[in-house]
Amino acid sequence: MGPVTFAVLATALVVSALTVVVHPSPVKSAMALVVTLFLLAVVFVFLGAHMIAALQVIVYAGAIMVLFLFVIMLLNLSDDGAEARHQGGALFRLGAWIGGGVLAVELAALFLRVPFPAPATPPAGYGGAEAVATALFVDYLLPFELTSILLLVAIVGAVVLAQRRAA
Amino acid sequence: MWADAGIAAVKSLVMLLLALNLTLVLLWVERKGSALIQDRIGANRANIFGGILPFNLGIVNTLIADPIKMFTKEDVIPDGADKLLHFFGPFLAVFPVLATFAAVPFGDVLVIGDRTINLQVADLNVGILYVLAMSGLSVYGVVLGGWATNSRWSLLGAIRGSAQMISYEIAMGLGLIGAILTFGTLDLQAIARAQGATIWGVIPAWGIIYQPLGFLIFLVAGIAETKRVPFDLPEGESELTSGYFTEYSGSKQATFMMSDFAEIVVVSALATTLFFGAWQVPYLARDGFHFPGGFALALPQLVVVAMQVVSFILKILVLCCFQILVRWSLPRYRYDQLMDLGWKTLLPLALANVLLTAVIIVLAG
Repeated sequence: MGPVTFAVLATALVVSALTVVVHPSPVKSAMALVVTLFLLAVVFVFLGAHMIAALQVIVYAGAIMVLFLFVIMLLNLSDDGAEARHQGGALFRLGAWIGGGVLAVELAALFLRVPFPAPATPPAGYGGAEAVATALFVDYLLPFELTSILLLVAIVGAVVLAQRRAA
Repeated sequence: MWADAGIAAVKSLVMLLLALNLTLVLLWVERKGSALIQDRIGANRANIFGGILPFNLGIVNTLIADPIKMFTKEDVIPDGADKLLHFFGPFLAVFPVLATFAAVPFGDVLVIGDRTINLQVADLNVGILYVLAMSGLSVYGVVLGGWATNSRWSLLGAIRGSAQMISYEIAMGLGLIGAILTFGTLDLQAIARAQGATIWGVIPAWGIIYQPLGFLIFLVAGIAETKRVPFDLPEGESELTSGYFTEYSGSKQATFMMSDFAEIVVVSALATTLFFGAWQVPYLARDGFHFPGGFALALPQLVVVAMQVVSFILKILVLCCFQILVRWSLPRYRYDQLMDLGWKTLLPLALANVLLTAVIIVLAG
């Protein structure tokens, strides 16, 4: 990825990510998040991680964000909530400024002190289907299976909770 | 470098024009086909040369007059609509569908001088995942298009549409896993090449022979993704007027319609690539025909490539026509039947297909 490509992509990413936070309309915030996730996938493509890029779009942009939109639309959230969001107390605002300031100083110190390593050349097939599959199903098989059990428990729990409310 | 860029541009243009033209031709096939199925004369209001010709030019009406009419109509934006999303809705609907074509190979390689051109716009090693990712994004056009117009019918259509598309995407993805296991790759061009082999030297080794159930699941889920009868609940004319694009007019409505037809072409193109030998012509190799029994016929390379591309387009057209036949033959599903079919029939079938395929592959070594 050349410096120009990176600059263009990074600018677009930051702008869309800021839009998620700043935009008053929930639907457009969610859409900006979709754009952010999509651009992130583009970054992955430029880094040669095609598999991760595809999964990023399928899972986040294609599935999770659609559910977000679904909820926003069904609850019919309007722009009215936006003002309430900005009406924090003075103490709240002060805290936000201090927290943000500390974070900014820390980031600046990090950038100034830590030297950036030269970009390493990834091994052949890095980020491809084989590499990801080997990592998931050979190297980390047990954690992977445990995660799927955890997800199964979560699904069963959600169904039980929803049914109890219906009855 | 410039030559590469030029070749890439030409390939993209060829594929885009192929997709758009097939879409437009389908509009006519749909009108004429529905007329044939319903035993009436259809698309015949263009008697241009006053009956001199032995046939009438109804096709002119569909291919030229209709698009011009559509794109010059007034664009109405309803009160209370979200102008930005109302504008982008049709784009969001049509862009992912057209982008899918980038991963579909439309021929083998073309050798010009010392340059070997792979007849595929984007040679992705995760081609199938890219296709699924794009089909996942196509939900946004429906959801936002419906929501942005601030109409109850549109919102209902949008919600129905997104639920339907998410449900059938799962069945579609699982249906494809069987094919991925069979060919052992996610690369669509590699899958296309693998189907050039023959079983016992006679039967072309097309995907449908290994994966009949996978094809069936993919086709049903694919038709559901196009949101047409019998799965047209998001549009459901008799209950939601036009569903998620009720409040669109002129070129925007035409774009939504186009994305529906382009989806038919996409489903056909993918079914062709994965299950019907992609651009393969039976027994045709790069240097000509090699019929079973040792009979061979050498052909120049350009002829071979032309035959491959034509065979690809013909297969797509046959599958498109089949989908139009389905659309005009079956009544609409009820919503609970639609969900039952997706979750209780297709999903278990797809899982069984994956299991069966995996067991056979392991046993066969």
